[in-house]
Amino acid sequence: MSQVESDVKTLVIDEQEVSAQAGQTILEVALENEIKIPTLCHLEGLSDVGACRLCLVEIKGNSKLLPACVTVVQEGMEVSTNSERLQKHRRTILELLFAERNHICSVCVSNGHCELQTLGQEQGLTHVRLPYRNPELGVDASHERFTVDHNRCILCTRCVRVCAEIEGAHVWDVMGRGINSVVITDLHEEWGKSTCTRCGKCVQVCPTGALFDKSKIGSDHPKYPDFLPYLNLMREAQ
Amino acid sequence: MTIEELEQIAKTARQEREKYDFEVNVCMDLACASQGAGELKDALVKAAEASGKKVCVRRTGCMGPCSHGPLVRVDPEETLYHHVKQADAAAIVGHLGNQPVAPLQCDLHEHFDKQVRVVLENAGYIDPEKIEDYIARDGYKALLTVLMEMTPGGVVHRVTESGLRGRGGGGYPTGLKWSTVAKAKGDLKYVVCNGDEGDPGAFMDRSVMEGDPHRVIEGMAIAAYAVGASKGFIYVRAEYPVAVSRLTTALREARRHGLLGNNISNTPFNFDVEIRLGAGAFVCGEETALIASIEGKRGTPKPRPPYPASSGLWGKPTLINNVETYANIAPIVRNGGKWFFNMGSERSKGTKVFALTGKIANTGLVEVPMGIKLREIIEVIGGGVPEGHKFKAVQTGGPSGGCIPEEMLDIGVSYDALLKMGSIMGSGGMIVMDDTSCMVNVARFFIEFCMTESCGKCIPCRAGTAQMYTLLTRISTGTGTMDDLAMLEELCATVKETSLCGLGQTAPNPVLSTLKYFRNEYLEHILHKRCRAGVCTMEGIGTELANEVTA
Amino acid sequence: MSKLKLATVWLDGCSGCHMSFLDMDERLLELAEIVDVVYSPLVDTKKFPDEVDITLVEGAVASVDDEKKIRKIRDHSKTLVAMGDCAITGNVPSMRNPIGPEAILDRAYIQNASAQAQIPCVVVPKLLRVVRPIHEFVKVDVFLPGCPPSADTFHTALTALINGGPLDIPALTRFGA
Repeated sequence: MSQVESDVKTLVIDEQEVSAQAGQTILEVALENEIKIPTLCHLEGLSDVGACRLCLVEIKGNSKLLPACVTVVQEGMEVSTNSERLQKHRRTILELLFAERNHICSVCVSNGHCELQTLGQEQGLTHVRLPYRNPELGVDASHERFTVDHNRCILCTRCVRVCAEIEGAHVWDVMGRGINSVVITDLHEEWGKSTCTRCGKCVQVCPTGALFDKSKIGSDHPKYPDFLPYLNLMREAQ
Repeated sequence: MTIEELEQIAKTARQEREKYDFEVNVCMDLACASQGAGELKDALVKAAEASGKKVCVRRTGCMGPCSHGPLVRVDPEETLYHHVKQADAAAIVGHLGNQPVAPLQCDLHEHFDKQVRVVLENAGYIDPEKIEDYIARDGYKALLTVLMEMTPGGVVHRVTESGLRGRGGGGYPTGLKWSTVAKAKGDLKYVVCNGDEGDPGAFMDRSVMEGDPHRVIEGMAIAAYAVGASKGFIYVRAEYPVAVSRLTTALREARRHGLLGNNISNTPFNFDVEIRLGAGAFVCGEETALIASIEGKRGTPKPRPPYPASSGLWGKPTLINNVETYANIAPIVRNGGKWFFNMGSERSKGTKVFALTGKIANTGLVEVPMGIKLREIIEVIGGGVPEGHKFKAVQTGGPSGGCIPEEMLDIGVSYDALLKMGSIMGSGGMIVMDDTSCMVNVARFFIEFCMTESCGKCIPCRAGTAQMYTLLTRISTGTGTMDDLAMLEELCATVKETSLCGLGQTAPNPVLSTLKYFRNEYLEHILHKRCRAGVCTMEGIGTELANEVTA
Repeated sequence: MSKLKLATVWLDGCSGCHMSFLDMDERLLELAEIVDVVYSPLVDTKKFPDEVDITLVEGAVASVDDEKKIRKIRDHSKTLVAMGDCAITGNVPSMRNPIGPEAILDRAYIQNASAQAQIPCVVVPKLLRVVRPIHEFVKVDVFLPGCPPSADTFHTALTALINGGPLDIPALTRFGA
C-alpha cells in the first residue's frame, strides 16, 4: 500500500458528521459525541468481547449488523445506531435476558442501580413476551465479603475480564456451554475457598445484582465501575 | 526426497503390485468395519493363502455406498461385491479368475456412473496406512513439483484460477483466502486444517482423513508453501479416533520420507504438522473458536474482523481451510487450475462430496460435479426413497442448513442456488426425508442441537435457541398457539441477524426453511392438533391437570 | 354521560398495588366523579359484572382459581390493565417456580406448622405448577410495571386511559420501581 493512511477519519453517525482517530471504535466515537448506544458487556477499561449484541449498529452498504464496541471506524462510514430494526432486536435481546434467569427486580440489591433494568426501561420494555425459563440456580455466599447470585447473572463476563485483566488473578471464568453456562470461581470451588484476592473489582463492574457486597442491605447498592479507566491511566503513566 | 526418489518409490510399489494376479480390496471404513469387515479381511487373507493363487488382500478407505457394506472390490476386473460375510471369503477367492460370485455381485452402475471422483480418487484403492500406496497413485508429486518449479505466487494463482471455494460450508473463494494470508505481514504464519466435522449426518471429512490422510497433508504443505507458513495444525474431533490414528501414522511416514520437516526436498521450505484434538464442541468448527481451542483456551468465537488471515493463531496470520478443500489441492496442482475450473457450474467449480443419509436406498459417500441436479443425486445415485414411501424433503448443510422440498429438486447444486433456497451447501451432509418425517419435529431436532451446542457467549444464540426450542416443543406437543408461531418467527429474525458467529446466525435456517416450504404442517399442529407423519404424539393436550397441585 | 365502570382484581400478589392505588389520596375523589368502582377487594361486590370498561389486575396467576378468574375477567373487560410486577412478570410469587410447589407447600403446612401439620385439600384452590404472568393466559391491553407502581403513575395512567390520551409508560415506571 503506497498511499499513506490518514490518522483522522470522518464519518457520519445518525446523520451527524463526526471525526475520529484511526483505530477508534464506533462506540468510542459515538460516546464522545453524546450519541448513546446501549451496551451491557462493554465497560471502559476492559477488553471488548462483542457478546451482548446490544450495541449492534447498521452501516450503510453492509447488510450485516456490526457491534459498535469492536468495529473500527472507517473513512466515510455512515452509521445508524437507532433504526427501527435495531430497536426491535434490542428489545427482543433484553426480553431474552429477562426470561433467561430469575430476575426479580423488586427484591434485588441492585433495584434502581441495575444496568439491565435501566436498559429495559430505556428501550421501552413493559413486559416480556417470551415464556420465563425459571431455571434452578444457586447462590454462593461462602465468601466473607461478597455474594454471587446466579439468578441475576447475565453472563456479560465483566467479572471474568476485570479479574484476569486488571486484578491479574483470573479467579472468575465461565463453565458449561449454551444455556447452561455459569460463571465460576477457580475450578468451580466455592468463592470463599477460592484464590480470590478480595479486591472487590468484580462486584463494582457487575451490571446487575449478581455480585454484591454483603455489608450493603436492601437496594442501597450503587456500583462504581468508573475507577477502571483511571486505574488504567495511572498504570500506563508509571 | 527428490522427484526421482519419489518416482522410485512409486515404481517399486507398482512392481510390488505386479507380483500379484489379483487384488482383493476390503473397505474398512467405519460402516463396513462395524459390520465385520475386519474379520472378513482376515478370512480373505487365510483363503488367499490356502488357495495358492497370487492374491493381495488390501484394506482400503471408504468405497462409497455404505448401505451395501461390507464391500469388497476385486481388481483388475473391478468386480464389486456387497453384503459380504466372513463365510463368503472362500467363494470369492475361489472364483478369482473365473466368473464372479453372482449372488454377491453388486450392480451400482448408475450410482457410480454419475459420479466424478477427485477428492475420493484414492478412496477404496489404497491402504491408508501405507505411504507407498499413496505415492504410487501420484501422491506428493504435486508438492515436490511445487517446491521445484513454482513460486508461492504461482501456486496461489493456480488455486485462484481453479475457482475452488471453501468446502467447509461458507464457500469463500480459496484462492482469495490464500492470497490474503500470503500478503499478510508476519514472520510466522500458520496453516490450519479444520477437521472438526460436527454436522449430524455428515462424514465426508472423516472418510477422507481415514481413507486418504496423505492427501490432506500434501494439500496443507502446498498451502504452507504458497502462503509462507512453516507450521500446521490439523484440528480433529476426538470422536474420530481412527482418523486421528491414520493421520498420526501418515505424519510419521511423511516425516520419515522427508516430506515434512526442515529443508523439504533440499529446498529452504520447512513445514511440519501437529494434530490437535477437539473435545466435542460443535462450535469449535467455527474458525475463531477453533483457533481459541488450539491455543488452549475456551472454544468460543470472536467477532470478525480481524479475520484469521490477518490475526489468527497467537495473533499470527493463519490460513484455515476444511479437510475437503485441502484434499482438492494436489489434483488442482497436478492437473492445472483450468482442468478444475471446467468442472462444475458457473460459480461453483469442481466436485463436491456429499454424505447421503436418511430415507434413501444407497446411503454413503458420493462425489458429484457441482451443478448436478438434486434429483439426480437422490433418485439416480441415491437410488431414491425406498419402496412404499414418498419423498418429502432433503436437508442439506446440517443444523445451519435447510429443508428443500420436492419442487426444488431440479435445481442444480451450487453454493448460490442452495442459499437461495434457504439452505446452504454446508460441509456436505444430505439427509433425505420421506413422508414418515414430521417437519416440525425435524426443525425441533436441529434447534435442540444448536441449543446444546451453543457456546453461550452471545445472548441471541444462548437464550434465543433455548426459547425457540421451547416454542417448537409446544407446537409439537399440541399446546402451541398462533402467537407462539409469530414469536418463533420473530426470534428466528433476531437470532439470525444478531448472533455473534455462524452457529447462531444460521441456527434458525432449519426452522425458516420448514416454515417456508411446509408451513401447513405447522398450522396442522397448532390448529388441528394433528401431525400428518404421526411423529408428534401431541402428549401436551389435556395435561393441564397434571400441572395442578393440591393445596 | 354515564360513569365509566372500573374494576380492580387481586390475584397472587401482596395487595401492595391496591395500597399504592389508595395512595392517590384526594385524587381518588376526583376519580370517583368520573368512574364507578364496580368490583374490587375494596368494595363489597361478590360477582364480577358483565361489562366493565377498565379492569386493573394485581397479582400473578398461581392457582386454578386465578386462571379461571383471569379468563372470566378478560371476557367481561373492555380494557385489561396488568397492574404491577406480579401481574406482568410473576415477580415474588414466581420465586417458587424453580423450587416447585410441593416444596413450598411442605414448608408452609408441614415444616412450619406448630400443630396438625397437613396440606389442605379442600376449600384452598389447587396450585399451578408454575406461577405465570397474566399475559401468558389472556390478552393484556396495558402493562403498568412497578412494585408497586406509584400513586402518581396510577393517576397519570388512569387519566390517560379514561380520557383516551397518549400514554408513555416507560417514561413513568419500570420493573421493580
